[in-house]
Amino acid sequence: MWRDAILVAQKDLRVELRSRVATNQVVPFALVVLVLFAFALDPSTGLLRQAAPGLYWVAVCFAAVLATQRSFSLEPGGDALRCSGLDAAGVFLGKAIAVALQLALLQAVLTAGVVVLYGVSLRGGIILLGAGLATTVGLAASGVLYGLLTGGIQVRETLLPLLLLPVLAPVLLSATRVWSAALAGTPSFADPWLSLLAVFAAVYTAAGIVAFPALMEVS
Amino acid sequence: MASAILLQQAIALAGRFPALAGVDLAVDEGELILLSGSNGAGKTSLLRLCAGLLEIHSGRASVLGHDLRRERRAIRSRVGYLAHSSHLYDDLTVEENVRFAARAGRVGLHTVEPALERLGLAGRLRTLPLSRCSAGQRRRASLAALLVRQPELWLLDEPHAGLDADGRDLLDGLLVELRAHGATLVVASHEPERVWPLGARWLVMAGGRLRPAASGAPAGGGLSASGAASATGSEPARGFGLVARGAAATRGEPVHVA
Repeated sequence: MWRDAILVAQKDLRVELRSRVATNQVVPFALVVLVLFAFALDPSTGLLRQAAPGLYWVAVCFAAVLATQRSFSLEPGGDALRCSGLDAAGVFLGKAIAVALQLALLQAVLTAGVVVLYGVSLRGGIILLGAGLATTVGLAASGVLYGLLTGGIQVRETLLPLLLLPVLAPVLLSATRVWSAALAGTPSFADPWLSLLAVFAAVYTAAGIVAFPALMEVS
Repeated sequence: MASAILLQQAIALAGRFPALAGVDLAVDEGELILLSGSNGAGKTSLLRLCAGLLEIHSGRASVLGHDLRRERRAIRSRVGYLAHSSHLYDDLTVEENVRFAARAGRVGLHTVEPALERLGLAGRLRTLPLSRCSAGQRRRASLAALLVRQPELWLLDEPHAGLDADGRDLLDGLLVELRAHGATLVVASHEPERVWPLGARWLVMAGGRLRPAASGAPAGGGLSASGAASATGSEPARGFGLVARGAAATRGEPVHVA
């Protein structure tokens, strides 16, 4: 399983490096979302600083949907994955790893974005990193799982956000609370939300490993 | 001789429509089957069923000793299915695609170079992204990606489509070599005159059912000079040093495809 996961992750990342869709479209899209929020709310940095955690994670969630769609649109289609001989759970993990690494890069860029655009001063580095890690795993695992569910459907581009974004609501809420607590200098308030993020990531990773083989047969 | 494919009254559905409406078929190991029929007759469905990609609704079916009801996934690693559309990645080069196929199929990378050479992809073409390849070059790359995996059963859907004259001769020679070394081949084609002279048993698909073709060679039958030479074995085909995993190999005899 892990051998195939690494193989799939390497292949997906190589395709992304070649096509540059992630760097030239997904990351700029997320940055544009941050800028538009700044225009929409207020030029006053006080309000932006207060709302920064929520705005940041909304931008990450939107970009995660794009990255997930991209992860499946790069597949040749038809029966390619099933014919490949790859272990289905390995395919899930490989795709999730590739999406997670792209999201990690995106979060690094967006973190710089909220610092520069919203004037946020970062505090509670370890908590922010923990939230970033758990959220990234959760977003990638759930995204790849739902991406496959909608994979065989012609209206995938519109259906995937419709299915995925409600599922991501607890992630958005928890990650926002963790960031708010860390930035406010009250890290103890972040603990239950961090736990929820970790549970979400673990549940969707396990569900993906278990369900992917069967889902690949029906998608 | 053992059966590579055994179908008895096999019915498979495409949605609610019976794509296969009671197919009986027995294919021996090492046999070459030519499958013809009009569009929508069920040729692709039959190939997909044998590749473990289409669920059997009723009837009995086994491929390479695996029951198609219970062991569909196990079949796939032993079968090479060439579909209408390419199963390769546009943003990867030809060589990267073939290497990926080899690693995914759990065969050594030593098979990559011979496969590229055998399909005429060893030169500048190997570094070309698939998106910049012509339809024929893509077809050859797809065949190379199958060849590296050394399948025991080849299921080829319109393999000549998009190939130029040289490519077609090259493919015919490959089919003959594979068969000579024990691989079983089922070729769906609208050009029976190309495949039949290779020694194929000709079956016609109509309305989701199979029947033997009328006796006699197809109109316009015959091969080009190089294809015929390979087909009759009068001229050894170019070597590519792969070990076939056909009937001979499964008997424990490693066979070098000449």
